Amino acid sequence: MQPGSHIKVHPLLVRITHWVNAFAILIMVLSGWQIYNASPLFGFTFPYGLTLGGWLAGALQWHFAAMWLLAANGLVYLAYGILSGHFRRKLLPVPPGALLHDVAQALRGKLAHDDLTVYNAAQRAAYLGAIALAVVLVLSGLVIWKPVQFYALGMLMGDYEGARYLHFFAMALLVLFVAVHVLMVMLVPRTFPTMITGRARAAAKGE
Amino acid sequence: MKRKYGMLNSLGEFPRPQIARIERRLFLKQGLSLGALTLLSGCNVTDTESVQKVLTGMSGWNDRVQAWLFDPSRLAPEFPESAITTPFPFNAFYSKNEVPGIDANSYKLEVSGLVREKKSWTLPELYALPQTSQITRHICVEGWSAIGKWSGVRFSEFLQRIGADLTAKYVGFKCADKYYTGIDMPTALHPQTQLTLRFADQILPPEYGFPMKLRMPTKLGFKNPKHIMALFVTNANPGGYWEDQGYNWFSGS
Repeated sequence: MQPGSHIKVHPLLVRITHWVNAFAILIMVLSGWQIYNASPLFGFTFPYGLTLGGWLAGALQWHFAAMWLLAANGLVYLAYGILSGHFRRKLLPVPPGALLHDVAQALRGKLAHDDLTVYNAAQRAAYLGAIALAVVLVLSGLVIWKPVQFYALGMLMGDYEGARYLHFFAMALLVLFVAVHVLMVMLVPRTFPTMITGRARAAAKGE
Repeated sequence: MKRKYGMLNSLGEFPRPQIARIERRLFLKQGLSLGALTLLSGCNVTDTESVQKVLTGMSGWNDRVQAWLFDPSRLAPEFPESAITTPFPFNAFYSKNEVPGIDANSYKLEVSGLVREKKSWTLPELYALPQTSQITRHICVEGWSAIGKWSGVRFSEFLQRIGADLTAKYVGFKCADKYYTGIDMPTALHPQTQLTLRFADQILPPEYGFPMKLRMPTKLGFKNPKHIMALFVTNANPGGYWEDQGYNWFSGS
């Protein structure tokens, strides 16, 4: 690969599903906060200005509309990731030693991003974690939505009330992921356009 | 953590219908308060009406999905007496001192629509019918839940008794507190759907819906009408007090 030429970083399908997902997650989180406020699990509520829907019924309409977008888009992404080998190539393996090393480097601000086509172990773990959280959110959401029809699924997570807590904590972790993810993009800005164009200028040491 | 005092932060927060209507306008106007979202979705900021159309359309789609998901023979979980929530939360769109007072002696349940026998029912007549009990979980649209014990007439048996057209689509309810709602026939015929006359083995207290409510552990709490004065079998969707303000119509569990 010659320096100055372009390398393919993100396939088109990954880019499309990434942005559709970002939009769906935004709607789900903001409307979810409004729904949470109707009957808070903890001693706080989310600021009204950060919520979507205006009141409970509006928030529920947004939540139960965007859930289809989230689920359909997620299924396309998962099917592609598994069937095309994308997950295997880009997200696996995650050696524990490398993960600890990369997280420590990242915390010291020393994690290198020379080659955008290869995720380091910390990235792999974070992206796999985000996918797992989204799956947990959808499954616990199904139990909250239909605790009778999905009773067996609910029994895996402490029934209806357990699913509410699981849904909340998975949301909190996913929001944390998004915060770190956006922060990392701001620290390494050249990763941002690649999620739109799919391409990056090849670095000297690109593979 | 179980919310034992749901009434403090319940639909009762909108104590009067007028306030609910104001809230609804707020929803239409401020539902899209986040400008970034409208940009992302490619919608004009003033385009809330068409956004609302999409959301209402999706809610209708969700009604159909839920009707499809609904298994008429799947029972909601039942609980032991020890699991009962006390005190059971009072929940309505008005405060406790506005609960309608209904005279038991003059009360009659009106029956109309697609039924063979349109006679009204007095309370002694209803108390004399075969009764069943259930200890089930009431799940509020807000998220909290509470377990209670309800007893009364299995609704499917009552519908058969009045010669209801069981192929009709809906059963509608009109209540003494101006509340109204309707349910799909498959839910009406569900074995746990109950014309409830007693709560915790006592005659249904006013705050829980005297003289009768419809108890459906397969629907969210607000779909369970209290203070029922009239019921009718129909093929025209009867809508509902909260449903007409934006809550999902089917609202099944």
